[in-house]
Amino acid sequence: MEPQILGVVVMFIATLLLAVPLGKYIAKVYAGQHIWTDRIFSPIEKLFFRISRIDPTKEMNWKQHLTVLLTINLIWFFWAMFCLLNQGWLPMNPDHNQNMTSDLAWNTAISFLVNCNLQDYSGETGVSYFTQIYGLMFLQFVSAGTGMAAAAVVFNALRDRTTEQLGNFYNYFLKSCTRILLPVCILVAAIHLFEGTPMTFKGMDTVTTMQGDTMHVSRGPVAAFVAIKHVGTNGGGFYGANSAHPLENPNYLSNIVQMVAQILIPFAMVFAFGFYTNKKRLAWVFWSVMTIGFLILVVPAIYTEVQGNPNIAHMGISQPGGNMEGKEVRFGATASAFWSIATTVISTGSVNGMHDSFMPVSGMNMLLGMMINSFYGGVGVGFLNFFIYVILAVFIGGLMVGRTPEFLGKKIEAKEMKIAMIIALFHPFLILVGTAVASYLTAHDTNMGWWFADAAGKHNASGWLNNPSYHGFSEMLYQYTSCSANNGSGFEGLADNNPFWNISAGIVLLFSRFLPIIGPVAIAGILAQKKFIPVSSGTLKTDTGTFGMLVFAVKVIIAALAFFPALALGPIAEWLKMH
Amino acid sequence: MKADNKESLFKKDLVAEAIKQSFIKLNPKYQYRNPVMFTVEIGTMVMMFVCAWILSGEHSQGSFAYNFIIFFILLVTLLFANFAEALAEARGKAQAASLRKTREETPAKKLIVPGEIFTSETQVVASSQLVKGDLFICETGDIVPTDGEIVEGIATIDESAITGESAPVIREAGGDKSSVTGGTKVLSDKIIVKVTTEPGESFLDKMIALVEGASRQKTPNEIALTILLAGFTLVFIIVCITLYPFALYAKTPIPISAYISLFVCLIPTTIGGLLSAIGISGMDRALRANVIAKSGKAVETAGDLDVLLLDKTGTITIGNRKATNFYNAPGVALNEFIHAAVLSSVSDTTPEGKSIVELGNKMLSENAVFGAKLDKYQSAVLQQIDFTAETRSSGVNLANGVMIRKGASDAIKAMVQKAGNLFDLEVTEAVNKIAGNGGTPLVVIENDRVLGVVELQDIIKTGIQERFERLRKMGVKTVMVTGDNPLTAKYIAGKAGVDDYIAEAKPEDKMAYIRKEQAAGKLVAMMGDGTNDAPALAQADVGVAMNSGTAAAKEAGNMVDLDNDPTKLIEIVEIGKQLLMTRGTLTTFSIANDVAKYFAIVPALFIASIPALQRINVMNLHSPASAILSAIIFNAIIIPLLIPLALKGVAYKPIGASALLRRNLLVYGLGGILVPFIGIKLIDMVVMLFM
Repeated sequence: MEPQILGVVVMFIATLLLAVPLGKYIAKVYAGQHIWTDRIFSPIEKLFFRISRIDPTKEMNWKQHLTVLLTINLIWFFWAMFCLLNQGWLPMNPDHNQNMTSDLAWNTAISFLVNCNLQDYSGETGVSYFTQIYGLMFLQFVSAGTGMAAAAVVFNALRDRTTEQLGNFYNYFLKSCTRILLPVCILVAAIHLFEGTPMTFKGMDTVTTMQGDTMHVSRGPVAAFVAIKHVGTNGGGFYGANSAHPLENPNYLSNIVQMVAQILIPFAMVFAFGFYTNKKRLAWVFWSVMTIGFLILVVPAIYTEVQGNPNIAHMGISQPGGNMEGKEVRFGATASAFWSIATTVISTGSVNGMHDSFMPVSGMNMLLGMMINSFYGGVGVGFLNFFIYVILAVFIGGLMVGRTPEFLGKKIEAKEMKIAMIIALFHPFLILVGTAVASYLTAHDTNMGWWFADAAGKHNASGWLNNPSYHGFSEMLYQYTSCSANNGSGFEGLADNNPFWNISAGIVLLFSRFLPIIGPVAIAGILAQKKFIPVSSGTLKTDTGTFGMLVFAVKVIIAALAFFPALALGPIAEWLKMH
Repeated sequence: MKADNKESLFKKDLVAEAIKQSFIKLNPKYQYRNPVMFTVEIGTMVMMFVCAWILSGEHSQGSFAYNFIIFFILLVTLLFANFAEALAEARGKAQAASLRKTREETPAKKLIVPGEIFTSETQVVASSQLVKGDLFICETGDIVPTDGEIVEGIATIDESAITGESAPVIREAGGDKSSVTGGTKVLSDKIIVKVTTEPGESFLDKMIALVEGASRQKTPNEIALTILLAGFTLVFIIVCITLYPFALYAKTPIPISAYISLFVCLIPTTIGGLLSAIGISGMDRALRANVIAKSGKAVETAGDLDVLLLDKTGTITIGNRKATNFYNAPGVALNEFIHAAVLSSVSDTTPEGKSIVELGNKMLSENAVFGAKLDKYQSAVLQQIDFTAETRSSGVNLANGVMIRKGASDAIKAMVQKAGNLFDLEVTEAVNKIAGNGGTPLVVIENDRVLGVVELQDIIKTGIQERFERLRKMGVKTVMVTGDNPLTAKYIAGKAGVDDYIAEAKPEDKMAYIRKEQAAGKLVAMMGDGTNDAPALAQADVGVAMNSGTAAAKEAGNMVDLDNDPTKLIEIVEIGKQLLMTRGTLTTFSIANDVAKYFAIVPALFIASIPALQRINVMNLHSPASAILSAIIFNAIIIPLLIPLALKGVAYKPIGASALLRRNLLVYGLGGILVPFIGIKLIDMVVMLFM
């Protein structure tokens, strides 16, 4: 096998082999079973609970869970805003970076709070070390922990019983951070240290190049940052160039480690669901559905990137490495294509190449990955998104076998359908409406006033596009898709650091983060209260390939129906024109 | 039955009525109940305004003819959907009306109470004129005009017209056996009956209300499905509205007609248009099976049943016991015993008695002793002694002074021992052996001397094992309820193939069993007729009361079976499943259709400014205009094409849920993707001829 292909296969299999035992471990953490990490973490957790006067054994119903979740998120938002707006005078700012503008701070605070990490700023100049560590890295941990805790509530609700008591949110949340995220991050960060990623509080270094020029090299606590960025599927880079930056992602090995780190927990959460609810077969069905979706997206992307750009081929230039525009030579076309799809199907959004320069097919598949947003998906929230599609599939499938639909012994009725439908609706709504507004303004080349100014100081809306025509449309579509999927990767090419994009993206981010958490938790909570119906031979079995197929079909059909016209005007038109 | 259905699906008068109704139903107030079709109606109105706009001189929207055709097709789409619902309603109403008619043409001897006239007097009126509380008299040979309760008297009644069972039943005032059903025949005696239902308030009338669209309550499942469909409709509203700025950006002006066409094509009009027809026809199918459901929810619930409680008698066994064997007592010749047994039964008209004569004669003629000379026996009989609850025996007194009795072993034993005779050990053994085999022993004595024991056995209905097997495959557990002792019950349960049994069942036992299963999360159905059954009928998720049952039982259950046929539960389960399956498969079909419609319309919209999109025009449709027309024409005509499926329901096969899902996904999912590709292409070829 070609070494490049072998590289991505190894990445994938290594992740799977690590994810199964990690899933078992996560299930034990949430079930409160004794595990070997008790001895290390129990004292720390007890200390936290004592200081904050929280009783981690107090059971909560689904509404209490959500109240707690939303309240602590609100507090974190204010904390992040404080850091970003005051970093200029706060300590740990050796490079003397300035306070952020309020619209950029709003965008940045929200995007880290919601596990998106859109980053309309550049880490080298935009933020201080204080903000990086206590503002952004803190949010990278807790936002991942929030998603995982919400998933844990859903796991708890889906067990074979009738109850309102769904565990304690603080308990799930803290243990997600201490027992799951922290140990994995320490391991990932340590590997990066050995590979040469900086970990220092000293400011910029000055290097004299061989030509005699002076070059400033930003440093900082990068290794720690890179670890949680991937383990928590956050994606926000320490540097502006994200994982394409040579200090953030120095070599092929670090690339593999980052890749494994970002898919690891999304995989493991699916298996954790299986172990926790004792439905391992169902977990494998879910994982297989996600994997088939992932493969359908990733294989064409790798293929087209390796083939190279037909327009360049027409010029008679050979492209032995494939389409290498916007890619790093140390990773190559295959690993970059694999990364681009992996980072978009899960909600990481870190990049090791510039997505703007990928072929239209890859661009479309990245968009599809985010439009579906649950082929694995982000830590915790990916499972929650998937859960919504499962509910829809169960409903249709249940009817097709002549039984009022039920999932894991609970009847799916009007109330659950209403919630599931609203959540499924909101994603296309946010993406399409956002893109529609931007398209409208671009088409009319509206004078945006305060909302937008390009580098030349012109306020014309069309100025935010780097490319005209279909590709420009893809840039706008990508931006809102990335926001709505809480992904955070950028197509780039779009001038997005201005009030219009910062503020509108921030609004999309808030809705698209919290509704898809509230919805599934509410559905699971309502289901948990319902009477448990034992399985009979007339029951639609969910742990079968047939049901997996149905879930897959429901996801694909909903995404296709909602986004086909938009995709046709963007990447599909571009691709057809290119060939 | 099947041919009958096919014939009546598009009956002339029903279709005429349905066509009229489909125009009346265009009223937006009515359409509002169905969000999918309501949006289509709004689209149709918009197109009407566009047509008017063009007539007043607007040029940006294309030709008037083209816009008018689109308006017309949308209107037809609405009418088709209305027609489906109206036809289902008309069929349901016709069915209910014909049922009601058969029960309303009986003359009734209405009792005029003293005070109104000087003495009690009767007056013959039509049964439909009887109102609740009226009293009427039935004498030997009369047909009971309507349902009621006996207030005075006792009578034997032949219910064979309804139950199909020839043995007459005794009905008397007070207790469980006080209810009489319209259409049954009084064989002896005279009863005074009080009418229990108002005309127009019977279960039948309730059922008619259920099939009438306007007063029909949506069932929970229907509501959930409507939410799903409304959700899809909203998605497509968003898609179509945002397409406007997208088109602006792509510098492609899109006429209003194209937006409306795209929208109507995409929203699930197929299932939206057929949804209420499916619900109504589910009720209608129940009615055709002679079951009156009091709510649509009950029919739906029937599809989910996990446990069926079935009475042994009449359901599992044919109800009558038959003689299967003769055991002679020690010191009595077999032929002598058989001879006596036959003698004792010659003038006995019960099925048991008849079966003794039949078997006895056969055995005697085989043994070539007497030969079958029935009249000779009858002439020997001087007096017939009927069975009474007190003596628990019956028999004959012969002209020669010999008294022959047959009866339950303990009753006979008492008689024998009272006379000072011995009740042999062998006889007791035979009795026990018969009981152990699930049979009923009948001891025969001649002048208080034991001659032998006749074995009566329950006869299990033919084909019942297969039906239980079918139920098992559907995931339904069957439970036999019987008053027999556990030994007998177990024997019959094993033979019939039921999953469980309740022996020596009292009504409380049924209740307890239902509660136990429900606590385990199961849905339970039962059938009952007595007042004693009423609490259990109310407790069961689906309680089917027999029409011959008491008013209390009928009130407590949520369905009434006009045939009093306990195996009807099996059909009811299938009707429930069919109802849900039809909804599910047509939803899948409807949504899968959208894929092809996209491939028709999206290239048509943008081809002018983005010629590269011609390559997604995989059906190679003639022109943008013909592509849009073909798509909306397909969208319209698929509704009437699917009406037969909606009304008859998707066939249910008990092959297990996963296999069923696979099958339906293949047929309606994959089929739903492929069919419109072919359909739209064909329509395009036809449309081309006119363009």
